[in-house]
Amino acid sequence: MKGDRKAGATQPVGPHQAVIDDAIAQYAALPGPLLVVLHAIQDRIGFVPPEALPRIAQALNLSRAEVHGVVTFYHDFRTSPPGRHVVRVCQAESCQSMGSEALAAHAKARLGINFHETSATGGVTLEAVYCLGNCACSPAVTVDGRVHGRMTAERFDRLVEALE
Amino acid sequence: MSTTVYVPRDSSALSVGADEVAQAIASTAAAHGNDIRLVRNGSRGLFWLEPMVEVATPAGRIAYGPVSPADVPGLFDAGFLRGGPHGLLLGPTDEIPYLKKQERLTFARVGITDPLSLSDYEAHGGWKGLRNALGMQGADVVEALIQSGLRGRGGAAFPAGIKWRTVLGAKAEQKYVVCNADEGDSGTFSDRMIMEGDPFVLIEGMTIAALAVGADRGYVYLRSEYPDAERTFNAAIALARAAGYLGDSILGSGHAFELELRRGAGAYICGEETAMLESLEGKRGMVRFKPPLPAIEGLFGKPTVINNVITFASVPIILDKGARYYADYGMGRSRGTLPFQLAGNVKRGGLVERAFGMTLRELLYDYGGGSASGRPIRAVQVGGPLGAYLPESQFDLPLDYEAFAAKGAMIGHGGVVVFDDTVDMAKMARYAMEFCAIESCGKCTPCRIGSTRGVEVIDRVRNGESRDANVELLRDLCDTMLHGSLCALGGMTPFPVLSAIDHFPEDFGVPAQTAKAA
Repeated sequence: MKGDRKAGATQPVGPHQAVIDDAIAQYAALPGPLLVVLHAIQDRIGFVPPEALPRIAQALNLSRAEVHGVVTFYHDFRTSPPGRHVVRVCQAESCQSMGSEALAAHAKARLGINFHETSATGGVTLEAVYCLGNCACSPAVTVDGRVHGRMTAERFDRLVEALE
Repeated sequence: MSTTVYVPRDSSALSVGADEVAQAIASTAAAHGNDIRLVRNGSRGLFWLEPMVEVATPAGRIAYGPVSPADVPGLFDAGFLRGGPHGLLLGPTDEIPYLKKQERLTFARVGITDPLSLSDYEAHGGWKGLRNALGMQGADVVEALIQSGLRGRGGAAFPAGIKWRTVLGAKAEQKYVVCNADEGDSGTFSDRMIMEGDPFVLIEGMTIAALAVGADRGYVYLRSEYPDAERTFNAAIALARAAGYLGDSILGSGHAFELELRRGAGAYICGEETAMLESLEGKRGMVRFKPPLPAIEGLFGKPTVINNVITFASVPIILDKGARYYADYGMGRSRGTLPFQLAGNVKRGGLVERAFGMTLRELLYDYGGGSASGRPIRAVQVGGPLGAYLPESQFDLPLDYEAFAAKGAMIGHGGVVVFDDTVDMAKMARYAMEFCAIESCGKCTPCRIGSTRGVEVIDRVRNGESRDANVELLRDLCDTMLHGSLCALGGMTPFPVLSAIDHFPEDFGVPAQTAKAA
């Protein structure tokens, strides 16, 4: 086994290899391409798999530490797959003034999870978000990227029921 | 003859069902055999009335709202395609007092035109500023901007023309124009409304900037929380390029300008201009030391004009109607208009573009109609998470950069978040520190460590542990953060914290004297 591992040997091929290679091929030539490449991967498969890091680093002439540093700096990037649906509850000031804390407590109780957790069936990942620019229709949540304003506990339950 | 019906595509309108309303109108019209042309416009910014549907009649546009899909059959029965009476009838849109009393310069077209129609844009005064700029020297464009008095609308209020002049004077083979669309402040949505409702005005403003300073590449750094704005703006770039407003030779002038949208990744700090540049370069959004100023060494080390969306979007009208026209609005050193954003616990939340000088009270009550809950308004945060909380006694302050600064407050990006009397200001102060801790880039100690210590000290005050001593400690910590932080995140987080203690000491369980004297 040892002898097979030569320096510069190709990385093990994971299930997302094609997506990673596509993203690199499409965007590596842009100026400052790292965030664009990471977004392209996450847009396709929902997260940035660990096997992407060394390949991106090599393709963009960066160290693995630099790529890891960027992935972990930004709140958006995930390193493991989310649930089938992602629900985000805005916790910024405007939504707070319209009861977003109580709404978040309701969401946690309804789904039986905390922020940054995924429900037991793998159905829903719950996240906090800080401002969706929907502040005149507070409080706001997103379901799979779509914003819903003037949210109430009852409407939240209906949205979640439709996901389950 | 077909009747034009407008249903907004603005994401706030979508968040309360505008798509469903548009579908119901299309299918009901088909069932009734009515010939309609459905236009998905931007929002007029009267968000408590969204989804607000407008119908073009011989007497002008007539508004109905807020419309739900269930209301649609009744609207058809009431003859709404001819402006017929109905419980949701609001009358002629332009006569709605909230809109009629505004001074819309930057938002002149938003909600009126089809955002992605080049012919609409041109018919409503679009590209006139660019055409004028193409016939001028760069230095004259910069001079016009200086004369207009336009200051950066992102929050820092630095004179835009002075910044442009620095970039114009910098010698470099490559210069950039970068638009900061990382509108992360809670209570703000004007950048989003422009990008969704009138994207060509931003393209035009950035192109004028590029011509003025001699740049041929531009980027818009847009926060990832705005996917609708991303789609609309990318479509607008493609349309503008195809029509010759962007590309190798703008309108055949020989001047090149290429524009690209880049998506952020959920970091509030990337609204700070140097962190944004790092992010655009594909790095962690860590704040840079200044100097060098980005105008000298900005994106990829090259001279860079950085302004926010509203600043660039205000440029075309200045180049079209003249610096004097714009500067005639406003008061003192705050010239022109600002699109204020009224949000939170307010009855009539929305966008109010007015000249500087109106009072906060006018905005809160004449426009906003008081709180949404019907309870008294107790505190108002102006200028986002780094802005001060103002009590009722300061509601008569004129909305002017200098008047606010004199009170330790700021207008910032023009966001106004309203709280009623159920708010716990000690909790809001704790939140300010907590938000800073979550979003700190970590480069400087006062921000990185100070924010976490701030949360702890406020917790002790709230728990009643040696309150006076801990309030004094908190003030000391705020002083360190104010003077020792590298950028505005750590440097201004003390504003909401200190204003909460100063104006609402009872929420911290300390008497007013202790709070003031410390």
